[in-house]
Amino acid sequence: MNVNHNTEKDRLNFWEKLYLPEIARGLGLTLRQMFKKPMTRQYPEERWEPTGSYRGRPVLVLEEDGERCVACSLCSRVCPALAIEVQAAETTKEKERYPVKFEINMLRCIYCGFCEEVCPEEAIVMSKDYELIFTNQEDAILGKDKLLIPIAQLQDRLEFLRRFK
Amino acid sequence: MPQITIDGQRIETSAGKTIIEAALDNGIDIPHFCWHPGLSVSGNCRMCLVNTGFPRKSADGSLERDENGGNVINWGPKLAIACATPVADGMVIDTQGQRTEHAQNAIMEFLLINHPLDCPICDEAGECKLQEYAFLHSKGQSRYNEKKNHKDKRVELGPNVMFDGERCISCSRCIRFADEVAKQPVLTFVQRGDHVTIETFPGTTFDSPYSMNVNDICPVGALTSMDFRFASRVWEMSFTDSICPGCSRGCNIKVGVRNNEILRLEPRTNMHVNEYWMCDNARLTQYKFVNENRISSPMIRKGNTLVSASWQEATSQAADLLKKFKPSEIMVVGSARATNEDNYLLAKFAHNTIKTNNIDFLRHIDNSFSDNSLRTNDRTPNAHGAVEVGVKHEQPSGVSMSNLAERIKQRSIKALYVMDGDIAANSSLTDALDDLDCLIVHATNHNSTTERAHVVLASTTYAELEGTFTNLNKRVQYVQPAVATQDHERIEGMQMSRWDKFGAPNDRWARGERRNCRQNWEIVQDIANMLGAGWHYTNSENVFKDISNHVSAFSGMSYDLLQEFQGLTLGKAGSPEPKGVVYQSNYMKPN
Repeated sequence: MNVNHNTEKDRLNFWEKLYLPEIARGLGLTLRQMFKKPMTRQYPEERWEPTGSYRGRPVLVLEEDGERCVACSLCSRVCPALAIEVQAAETTKEKERYPVKFEINMLRCIYCGFCEEVCPEEAIVMSKDYELIFTNQEDAILGKDKLLIPIAQLQDRLEFLRRFK
Repeated sequence: MPQITIDGQRIETSAGKTIIEAALDNGIDIPHFCWHPGLSVSGNCRMCLVNTGFPRKSADGSLERDENGGNVINWGPKLAIACATPVADGMVIDTQGQRTEHAQNAIMEFLLINHPLDCPICDEAGECKLQEYAFLHSKGQSRYNEKKNHKDKRVELGPNVMFDGERCISCSRCIRFADEVAKQPVLTFVQRGDHVTIETFPGTTFDSPYSMNVNDICPVGALTSMDFRFASRVWEMSFTDSICPGCSRGCNIKVGVRNNEILRLEPRTNMHVNEYWMCDNARLTQYKFVNENRISSPMIRKGNTLVSASWQEATSQAADLLKKFKPSEIMVVGSARATNEDNYLLAKFAHNTIKTNNIDFLRHIDNSFSDNSLRTNDRTPNAHGAVEVGVKHEQPSGVSMSNLAERIKQRSIKALYVMDGDIAANSSLTDALDDLDCLIVHATNHNSTTERAHVVLASTTYAELEGTFTNLNKRVQYVQPAVATQDHERIEGMQMSRWDKFGAPNDRWARGERRNCRQNWEIVQDIANMLGAGWHYTNSENVFKDISNHVSAFSGMSYDLLQEFQGLTLGKAGSPEPKGVVYQSNYMKPN
């Protein structure tokens, strides 16, 4: 007894079956939307500014005396996508270890934020940067030159972490 | 034979053993920092405190029973340290109960009072006993609000050992090692209480040839290797069991590899060879030649230069060259640095394929290297094996290494087939090699012999091959590849670190060079087959089976047995020495 009772005939009432009043109603809806504030924006002229909770591309915090990162490689260990490669080296500073190489493969990164969560120094944080365009695979591997961001630009995220982490 | 009960498990042990030894023999690990089976007992860390007692007896001498029929135990008034308490018949030991656990928690809290929280910058992280026990036997919380003590960091105790005073938990393993094993008693505790630290005596430095072993036995990151410092995290490396090729002792080692590059070597316990140790020289020198200055593909001489060639070109060139000479004009040089398999096939190649008696190998003797501990004067790993499988001077007609230079000068030897890397480094042969019409060399690194060669066949180092070495005590030991070549993957498979396991071609951390080199026996087989030998060995194990069938000293041996017993003595494969307990200080370390 596989009879479908949800036919148009069953669903529609008399006025709907007349068709023309419904057309008018639809046109009315369209007309009303034209006078509302648009949901879209004129990207790239108008850009969206995410809040501190947004997980954009992971970056390294750059302080006045250099990077915070001590190259412990925990981010690299915890990364489920194996996106991060760290090579440590020795310095004469008080924190005797620093990353001589820090690379994130943005093609592997899944923006999970585990690296930020595991970091003992709060040195790697998720930024607001969501614009990632590459034309080849090599460009997608970001080195220290692209990853180090001055701490002033990361205040929103650091504040968010202090409150909610 | 005293019978003891550990955690309800009845154990038969021998008199005189301590609780921790009896437990280890039976696979029970009692947490400890300062105890090490290769050192004397110091008993200062208190981590191995266990609850001990004896069954209570009634007045008539019979054992008292509780309502469940079990023994009533008279527990000791205090806990005892397992490392210094000898077992006694009937002793009952509890290593996991509430009382023991309370003591372990307390000791951990005590040790962590002044220990800095700098695991992120500490090289030991990942193979640290303190970290392991913080997970397993600690509350995971600190009640200590006061300021931590500060001590000297980055103190060079010797040329290869860096000391960090804050991380030290004063177990004294390094002091005892320097006194008892390295026989260079220069380390000592200074100061008292929580200011205690380790120093060398004034005017001395800890530069013993075995000094770097303290980096391994240090249960924390207080002593680190200056050679390795910050090179890699432990969990990023794959550790492959191997044999040190630095001298004829054949110390058992682990090869630490990341991105197809060797980063460090460390000793592996073998009570019949090197116990727990290895020498600094091997740690510092026996990996660089695998990483650097390698011959990464076969080469043939065109005019005055050597150019890269395919294996087909290079081996057929070598075969064509050999065909031009009479068998008596060809000399075959084996190698004490190559495996038994390589030398066996080379000897077979010389005797059966080329049909020459001219076969020998060069010994690399350096009397200044030997000492009365592990280091020996023979700087090759397999001199015994080479002789045993047939690479030896054929009396009286064959040419030997000692009269080779003279015979080349007389033009009675015109072609040389050399398996040993660098015979030109031997001063007596340097000039003579220029007079040869044909020089075919198996080589791993660029050197003065390859410069003179007509055909250079890229061969594997000890870290890239599967095979066996025979040490000076005639112990045959198994070697497996730690570094991948174009032809061979590593055997370990899923035991490798996730970096070595999951790298894809677009990952920069997986692009370590894979060299186009082959094992010596594979090259010999290719050339022999071009000269009509018709051999069909497909892997090293095949060759080894052939050796064990044809060479009486090797009879009964197989790769499986060699791995099971960590090596077998020549001629005694039927009665192997038991492997014993393989003590590992850091057992949570990856593989």
